Amino acid sequence: MIRFLRDYARSPSAVVGLLLLLLVIGMAVSADWLFPNDPLSLAGRPLQWPGANPRFWLGTDNSGRDIAAQIFHGARVALLIGLVATSIAVVIGIVIGAVAGFYGGWVDDVLMRVTEAFQTLPNFLLLLVLVSVFGSEIATVVVAIGMVSWPAPARLTRAEFLSLRSREFVEACRTLGMRDAQIIFREILPNALPPVIVYASVVMAVAILLESALAFLRLSDPNVSSWGNLIGLGRDVLRVQWYVSAIPGVAILITVLAVSLVGQGLNDALNPRLRGR
Amino acid sequence: MLTLAGRRLAASIPSLLIILVGMFLLLQLAPGDTVDALMAQMGGGGDAQLTAELRAFYGLDLSVPARLLNYLWRLVQLDLGFSSIYGKPVATVILERLPATLCLMTASLSFAFFFGLLFGVIAARRVNGWQDTVISTLGLVFYATPSFWFGLMAIVLFSVHLQWLPAGGMESIGEGFTGIHRVLDIASHFVLPTLTLGLIFLAIYLRIMRASMLEVLTLDFVRTARAKGLDETRVITRHVLRNAMLPMVTLIGLQAGTMLGGSVVVESVFSLPGLGRLAYEAVVQRDLNTLLGIVFISALLVILVNFCVDLLYARLDPRIAKETGG
Repeated sequence: MIRFLRDYARSPSAVVGLLLLLLVIGMAVSADWLFPNDPLSLAGRPLQWPGANPRFWLGTDNSGRDIAAQIFHGARVALLIGLVATSIAVVIGIVIGAVAGFYGGWVDDVLMRVTEAFQTLPNFLLLLVLVSVFGSEIATVVVAIGMVSWPAPARLTRAEFLSLRSREFVEACRTLGMRDAQIIFREILPNALPPVIVYASVVMAVAILLESALAFLRLSDPNVSSWGNLIGLGRDVLRVQWYVSAIPGVAILITVLAVSLVGQGLNDALNPRLRGR
Repeated sequence: MLTLAGRRLAASIPSLLIILVGMFLLLQLAPGDTVDALMAQMGGGGDAQLTAELRAFYGLDLSVPARLLNYLWRLVQLDLGFSSIYGKPVATVILERLPATLCLMTASLSFAFFFGLLFGVIAARRVNGWQDTVISTLGLVFYATPSFWFGLMAIVLFSVHLQWLPAGGMESIGEGFTGIHRVLDIASHFVLPTLTLGLIFLAIYLRIMRASMLEVLTLDFVRTARAKGLDETRVITRHVLRNAMLPMVTLIGLQAGTMLGGSVVVESVFSLPGLGRLAYEAVVQRDLNTLLGIVFISALLVILVNFCVDLLYARLDPRIAKETGG
């Protein structure tokens, strides 16, 4: 563990990523305490530039809502969406990938055809269809993002299972008379998990970007303080008050950057051979 | 050479079928059907008999499996149905919108591929030097930038403040440009959308190219080439590049879908009349026939791009053609 931390800390970009991630988590945690009021409620005169009024250090948007409050509460929304959607995608991916890789044969064929179908269909298009059928409440949106993001983790898990399923310890489990489900989830999965967990950082980065794009198009939940919503709102006053869109964009950029840097750092620390690439 | 690509093309048919059946069943869950949309457009009114007749006309009174078969049979005949919102066949609506999206995707892909290649090679040749640090950092930042936000900021900078480029649309209306002027005018409208859509792919390509160059540079044949006395530029262009490009070519196929998805957002930002914008409008206006048609065409496009990538791949790597006995 200590060695792992030392390996991780050796890469400056991984450390920067961790610091940025801690900053975003800090914003999410302190949101209620620093901005106890509803971030979507009227706070003051609309369209005040950042710094113009000491009460609103990031200014106000076109509806007179505090941008700083929306950024802090938005951090919570972004992280929550990222975590939940990623968990859904990774769990679906692991189950499908594990079953396909473990059993092989026609089970594998069928599951891989379904996976390919999901990969052939543009992610964002499928997301649009799901939202237009099931509505754009925040819970629906999160589940929909999870539903479109599982193919890559599934392929990764399958590849791991294909290489692990004929190892001796699996044969030993079979001889002991263990059930398939036990072998898959108790014995093989722990060995197959590390690369999938690292890849989860990519899924999370994409999930946050997907939600913000959806919110920007006003197809996500308008009753949630999401950064994408604020960018979409700021588009109406883009020509002069461009800061309304600019500020939440920077927040998204920092969050996605932090998540992918930490993922890369984990990857390098777990695969020391690849270091220096 | 054709056999492998052809086999992969045939293998994509089941996936296409899964998509179509899945989408059809999924849209059965959507509230309201074509007739509801039509009636709403005609000003509501609850004439039950007319509604029933219309349902029978569109075949909506049949059972779900029968309708599914009907739908698939019509697709085979390339009949995508009728858009009640646009008042035209869906195929016509999509064909009108396809050129803008194809233009945008080709331009973005070329931009991302060319500069990804260039920056990847520079970074790999100066690995851990300042050029590498700058390029790799930019790659990370571009990867994390939401495309729609980059597009908006580009509009603020280049269209509002500097006034160099148009903020949206496909061409200047009312200027009456013809010939080369019209081409240049359209091209100027595509500059910002191309950069916006291409940015994230540029980031991905340069990262892959850098890693792949570093990998290939350690191989024996590169040492042989150097030992023959070839200068470094020739080693790179004649020997390393061709091999290092293979992962990038694979990536084009894998990301064709992502790019189409990205065009939904980018076309909305720049109000380009393309397929992505049409998808967005179809969602907002609940035009499910059109949406289904777009899904079908997009899947076909992705399959087509992958077929081209397979062909290209076999050309770049003769070993593949040999292995399959092409």
